[in-house]
Amino acid sequence: MKIAVCVKHVPEGTTHARIDPSTKRLNRSGEGAINAFDTHAVEEALKLKEAEGGEVVVVTMGPQSAQDSVRKALAMGADGAVLITDDAAAGSDLVATTTVLAAALESEGADLILFGQQAGDSDGAVLWAAVADRLRRPVISQVAELTLSGGKVTGKRQTEFGYDTIEAPLPAVVAVSDAINEPRYPSLKGIMGARSKPQRTVTISELGVDGGAVGEAGSKTTVEALNDPPPRGDTVKIEDDGSAAEKIVDYLAEKKVL
Amino acid sequence: MTTLVFLEHHEGELLKPSLGVLSKAAELGGDVAGVVLGSGVRDLAAKAGAYGAAKVYVADAPELEQPLSQPRVDALAKLVSEQGFDSVLFAASVLAADVASGLSARLGAGLNWDLTDLVQQDGSLIGKRPALGDSVYVDVGWSSEPRLALIRAGTFDPKETGGEAQVEDFDVQFEDFSLAATMLEQAHAESEGPSIEDADVIVAGGRGLGAPENFKLVEELAQALGGAVAATRAVVDSGWYPYATQVGQTGKTVSPKLYIACGISGAIQHKVGMQSSGVIVAINKDPNAPIFEFCDFGVVGDLNDIVPKLTELVRQRKS
Repeated sequence: MKIAVCVKHVPEGTTHARIDPSTKRLNRSGEGAINAFDTHAVEEALKLKEAEGGEVVVVTMGPQSAQDSVRKALAMGADGAVLITDDAAAGSDLVATTTVLAAALESEGADLILFGQQAGDSDGAVLWAAVADRLRRPVISQVAELTLSGGKVTGKRQTEFGYDTIEAPLPAVVAVSDAINEPRYPSLKGIMGARSKPQRTVTISELGVDGGAVGEAGSKTTVEALNDPPPRGDTVKIEDDGSAAEKIVDYLAEKKVL
Repeated sequence: MTTLVFLEHHEGELLKPSLGVLSKAAELGGDVAGVVLGSGVRDLAAKAGAYGAAKVYVADAPELEQPLSQPRVDALAKLVSEQGFDSVLFAASVLAADVASGLSARLGAGLNWDLTDLVQQDGSLIGKRPALGDSVYVDVGWSSEPRLALIRAGTFDPKETGGEAQVEDFDVQFEDFSLAATMLEQAHAESEGPSIEDADVIVAGGRGLGAPENFKLVEELAQALGGAVAATRAVVDSGWYPYATQVGQTGKTVSPKLYIACGISGAIQHKVGMQSSGVIVAINKDPNAPIFEFCDFGVVGDLNDIVPKLTELVRQRKS
């Protein structure tokens, strides 16, 4: 059983992240970390490995600094990692990113490919379905309970109407919800051992992907302008000094909702 | 502009968010068509005419009976390639997001998501997308056609303008891998449980409560205020509270006069279900929680201290 987990390296503290007005891209110069949603996918992969045996490979596409996120996943217990890093890939949209990811995943030949439920920086929650289409594999998304048995994966997931249960034969692509588990913290031993685990860095051309298919050249969406959010009413924000409950009551009375 | 709108349906009804997007497409102008995919859905298709579709394409096939994304990608890829639509619009949902994304890969077509508006600007279509916790609004575009767009749920209201749609059937050849997944159990709209949609006051709890038993703090405050209790997807998925109380994109959309969010970070999933509430109060220990960007009154602090005190003060005031 080979499980590939796709993770994204995102700027830390997304609410304070900023978009660079000149490139209209997310400023990735600051500290980054593994997308928190993806740690649930790593955890699920590790649980499956512990139950079924096999190996867990982490796959990411990003700048060289994405190595930090790879190392976190390795410290949690993943066995190896592939980092796709290439200046030409910067600014890739969904079409371009999934072309690259699919090429990397194809060569990994995993039985199960896992994603987290969304990217903390772009709020994107779509990648897996495009990757599954490129790899011509079944996909199940938003999975809150996952089981493997008899060469099939079964996922229970929440939709707008309640809970669905979907089954698909392996190899398959599954995106997990953050409700599926509590990601473990890396142990000291895990952190120490992460460096010696196999980590490959590959370029776009090494994956056999044409340079014109990635980056802005390969993207079909554009960022035209950045604007301030529409103004909304005054927000009062206080820190509790012991009197917060009284202040809330005063505010509600003033707004005539109490 | 020739626009196709994906019309999602559930239990014999076209969904409101889809009809809202259809109404918006009609407002933008050009040729507007809808598409209904399913089994035994031909009667549904005609209903879309009243919301602005001049034509509704229908693929009626047993392979489309279950609400799974991949057979729908096969159907849309064929329809869009043959008819040459320059834009394909979706109201965001668990199903529609996967359909749009799969279609993006299949057609090599650009997909913009989480849009809260669509406008024509100098002859181009521009989408408005709030980003980074809604702290910046990005104008997004497309460099080629077809343009695919996922519109944030609940953004556009359906407008019934009358009119009739011409219904046209089309056949689909399905890919083997598209039919590999099967739905063992399908969700049905739940009618049990308390109704939170009509409540004037809602007190909601999220993962920040720390443990399921802490929901009693939320329940007591709701009781003191004469309101209802709601929950986030995270705690419902974790089994802390019933699905019927869930507010958010998957779940209910509410707009009470007062919404008190306890231990709720304010993820988009939750925000879209409650942002039109009158007064929003948030209590959260994380000062960077996105909910502080859109609440009216935010308290950074420990809800275990604040909520019981608040309950007591409300009780005193009401007695």
